[in-house]
Amino acid sequence: MTKTSKNPKGETKVPDNNDIHTLLEGPPRVINIGLSSFADDLKKQDIEMVNLDWSPPARGNVELANLLSKLFYK
Amino acid sequence: MSSSFLLGNTIRKANSEALKLMLGADPVLVDVVTASEAIPELEEGMILHSGPPIDWDRMCGPMRGAVAGIAVFEGWANDLSEAEHLAESGAFKLRPNHDFGAVGPMTGMTTLSQPVMVVKNRTNGNHAYCTINEGLGKVMRFGGNDASVIKRLCWLRDKLGPVMGAALRSGKGIELKPLVARGLTMGDEMHQRNLGCSSLLLRTLAPDLSRNVDDRDELSEMLAFIGSNDQFFLNVAMALGKSMMDPVCNIEGSSVVTAMSRNGTDFGIRVSGLGDEWFTSPVEMPEGLYFPGFSAEDANPDMGDSTIVETIGLGGFAMAASPAVAGFVGAGSPSSASDFTHIMGEITLTKNPEWTIPSLDYQGVPTGIDIRLVVETGIAPTINTGIAHCKPGIGQVGAGVVKAPLACFEKALRALAIRLGV
Repeated sequence: MTKTSKNPKGETKVPDNNDIHTLLEGPPRVINIGLSSFADDLKKQDIEMVNLDWSPPARGNVELANLLSKLFYK
Repeated sequence: MSSSFLLGNTIRKANSEALKLMLGADPVLVDVVTASEAIPELEEGMILHSGPPIDWDRMCGPMRGAVAGIAVFEGWANDLSEAEHLAESGAFKLRPNHDFGAVGPMTGMTTLSQPVMVVKNRTNGNHAYCTINEGLGKVMRFGGNDASVIKRLCWLRDKLGPVMGAALRSGKGIELKPLVARGLTMGDEMHQRNLGCSSLLLRTLAPDLSRNVDDRDELSEMLAFIGSNDQFFLNVAMALGKSMMDPVCNIEGSSVVTAMSRNGTDFGIRVSGLGDEWFTSPVEMPEGLYFPGFSAEDANPDMGDSTIVETIGLGGFAMAASPAVAGFVGAGSPSSASDFTHIMGEITLTKNPEWTIPSLDYQGVPTGIDIRLVVETGIAPTINTGIAHCKPGIGQVGAGVVKAPLACFEKALRALAIRLGV
């Protein structure tokens, strides 16, 4: 895992080689965003995983998403 | 100040007004009268049906069966064959219930001489109408049209309707909001399960019914008819919904859905800020469970004005109140019922504090469908529904769950944007 506490606020630390190696140690911990079929496959392999049910606004329809951005203005 | 800010403010204020009208409604069952008395525009040969407008040519099997049957019932044809011929020739005026302050389940037939229940929204003074539920099995709302179906309609017209009207007029009417609130605590969701509310209604109505019937056998028959029909309250809930939503129509800028309805061919919605215009799309096929001897091959696509109950936060939106119905309609395990209600919260603007669900720690039912939220999330309203046979004259073959087509909401969103100058 990356450690960000020493970085200036708003900056993200680029992981060094050691960080990458730690990522490969131990079982993977996964956050799945979007397609639930990916999550299903991981579940079958007993992999620790959190599934976030997400899809792009208006199912990816740009025209409708643009309309929504105007009709949702707060 | 930007035009987008002003637009957002307009919609927010309009929706706030819509919710105020919905939550402030005070629906009361006050009477049963003939449809011609309730709806003066009704005339000979005029047939009101469920869903958005549709001609005979595009009507599905059960809807055609019901049109033929109701024409025989009204004496406009001697038999079903003649009725169908007349319908094909354009002899009947076919109009949506929603245009006349009415709603009807499944095929939704409403004609001159049928008795209709009258619900008055005391807050706004408007009225809404719905026929009396015919019971289960072979019935006209599912396209049944044989002699037994017509005979039952005659009994409703000549016996039960007038007595129910007299009973209701002799009292102060039956306040429906608290009745529904109690029904939600008794496992009803008011679309496919009305056991609690039907029982409560009968309990409330029985004393005044008794005072208006001299013949004990007739009284017994009426009490047995209501008491043996778990879905008797459905039609009351529908008129309640219509009385709540009609005042919400025509609020400039509002993106709240005021009606969802289907005619077995098209699914249609209406939106407050867009008045009486229907936004339609081909209706979908319910997924559900079938009675013995029937299967999905026998099913007709989704049908009826009963989706008015989902429009007010009941039915599929209140599934958490009714774990038993989740199994009945094939929606999954009883423990998953609350998932449906939680998800419907994603496309609604508020929760109704007067209609709460015990299993959700008395959280209110999700209320006020916003077309913007439906389009943004891609979450379609969930509807609990009965399933009719696709051929005329057979009746109900099962019950299930169906999704409202997203295309209706996308069309409405585009229209609202144009209306608001976007």
